[in-house]
Amino acid sequence: MTSVEKIQNEIVEELSLFTDWIEKYEYLIGLGKDEIDFDKKFMKDEFLINGCQSKVWLYAKQNNSKVTFHAYSDAIMTKGIIALLIKVFSNQSPDDIINSKLDFIDKIGLKSHLSATRANGLMSMIKQIKIYAIGFKEKNG
Amino acid sequence: MIDFEKIRSSFPILDVKVNDNKLVYFDNAATTQTPTQVTNSIRNYFNKQNSNIHRGVHHLSNISTEDFEQSRKKVKEFIGAEKEEEIVFTRGTTDSINLVATSYQKFLKNGDEILISEMEHHSNIVPWQLCAEKTGAKLKVVSVTKEGEIDMDHLEKLLNEKTKILSITHISNTLGTINPISEITKLARKYDTKVFIDGAQAIAHQKVNVTELDVDFYCFSAHKLYGPTGVGVLYGKEEILEKLPPYQGGGEMIELVTFEKTTYAKLPSKFEAGTPNISGVIALGKAIEFIEEINLDLIFEYEDMLLNHYNEKSNKIEYYEPFGTSLNKSAIASFNLKKVHHYDIGVLLDNMGIAVRTGHHCTQPLHKKFNLAGTIRASFGIYNTKSEIDYFFDCLSKAYKMLY
Ligand SMILES: Cc1ncc(COP(=O)(O)O)c(C=O)c1O
Repeated sequence: MTSVEKIQNEIVEELSLFTDWIEKYEYLIGLGKDEIDFDKKFMKDEFLINGCQSKVWLYAKQNNSKVTFHAYSDAIMTKGIIALLIKVFSNQSPDDIINSKLDFIDKIGLKSHLSATRANGLMSMIKQIKIYAIGFKEKNG
Repeated sequence: MIDFEKIRSSFPILDVKVNDNKLVYFDNAATTQTPTQVTNSIRNYFNKQNSNIHRGVHHLSNISTEDFEQSRKKVKEFIGAEKEEEIVFTRGTTDSINLVATSYQKFLKNGDEILISEMEHHSNIVPWQLCAEKTGAKLKVVSVTKEGEIDMDHLEKLLNEKTKILSITHISNTLGTINPISEITKLARKYDTKVFIDGAQAIAHQKVNVTELDVDFYCFSAHKLYGPTGVGVLYGKEEILEKLPPYQGGGEMIELVTFEKTTYAKLPSKFEAGTPNISGVIALGKAIEFIEEINLDLIFEYEDMLLNHYNEKSNKIEYYEPFGTSLNKSAIASFNLKKVHHYDIGVLLDNMGIAVRTGHHCTQPLHKKFNLAGTIRASFGIYNTKSEIDYFFDCLSKAYKMLY
């Protein structure tokens, strides 16, 4: 099992303890309120993700052979979802990011609470994360 | 008196469950729900009379044509127009505005002015921008006050001999403000300015009489009037519609076609190219019947009571920030809660079964002027109740506590 898969499973396990949507959302909101490592100089249009109802800025850095992701949103719930994505993808190698299958979103039952436009926003975020990984992989040769 | 039980029972969609909660539908400014009287009419049309109109000799075509034209007559009476020739069926408000903003280009030249307001829906901005770009006319914009009303002094200042068209919304879909159309029209009449009114938010909520308002154009969508999507109306004064060139070419709108020259059909066919949304137009007629049976004056009174109840509740919440505080308002309430994002509130309300709109509601310039990234909007219709509003505020405070 890759580390990306392992972290996903951990998230699914953690969220499966919650029995109703309110607890799940409270957990997400809690994550959204946590301090994050985001440099505000990246709050520029070129780092905005399209397709989200709230604004999301995302940038990536390379640390040795690993990629770290940093993102911010003006909506707390979105920030919570971002925190989950970052937990899964940050500090992984480009290859692991590119090849990862993302089934935890379905498994934690979040998708059914997201409207089509919001699900699209989430898909755009994941796509952008993978694009960054591809970029770093090419740069590294 | 409104027979409330009867009204509710005409809307089976109100029994839909969302996340195990009863649906509370507060997004009526986006689209209203459709009563069985209207959906039955659509089913009946396809089961019993589907055919093309104005061209066949056969039975089905005849009854469909008759019903279609009957709808036109109903619309004419509903809005107090003088003639059926003045009622053009379109795809909706947006289509109606585009029709005039395109056809009217013939009469505009470099240096002319088109006047709109800051509270317009994108549908009443972009077509005029395109029109201005094509003709060299200038787009001028009337300010909105901090209460969310048209700044009448500014309007008066901007009007002049060069103002060829003034296009303003009857009721703001974001602020809920009911604009003083008669007053605005009087000001425009000092010059030869044509008045176009976007009636999308007004038509289902108060009695509209285009002749009394003395407007040149008025338009609306059926789907905000308890009718189906894809159908709308453009009203235009006959003498003006006569002079306007056609918008689109095709069948229906011609008198005689040769490859050298085509002569156009008379009004209103001149503006109705191609096969129209026949079932939709007939269903619009049913929606009008439905509304008239309840009575628009009573509807206005009832929705005003809902808005007052809403305001009483919202006034008590210190973290509630209303957007649009005119005293002359339709039942639309846009707001933010201090320090939380409109989107977060929208998601939580959705999970509690409440349908509201979040975002900019197609009025980006208006939100930008007041430095708002977006708002939450609750908008009411004839089937909403005080107890739904009470439930809404319970959920709102629950959501706020979760987020803050
Ligand atoms: C004031 C106003 N104008 C225009 C429109 C556009 O209506 P439609 O999308 O039905 O063409 C709307 C509806 O959202 C509206 O509220």
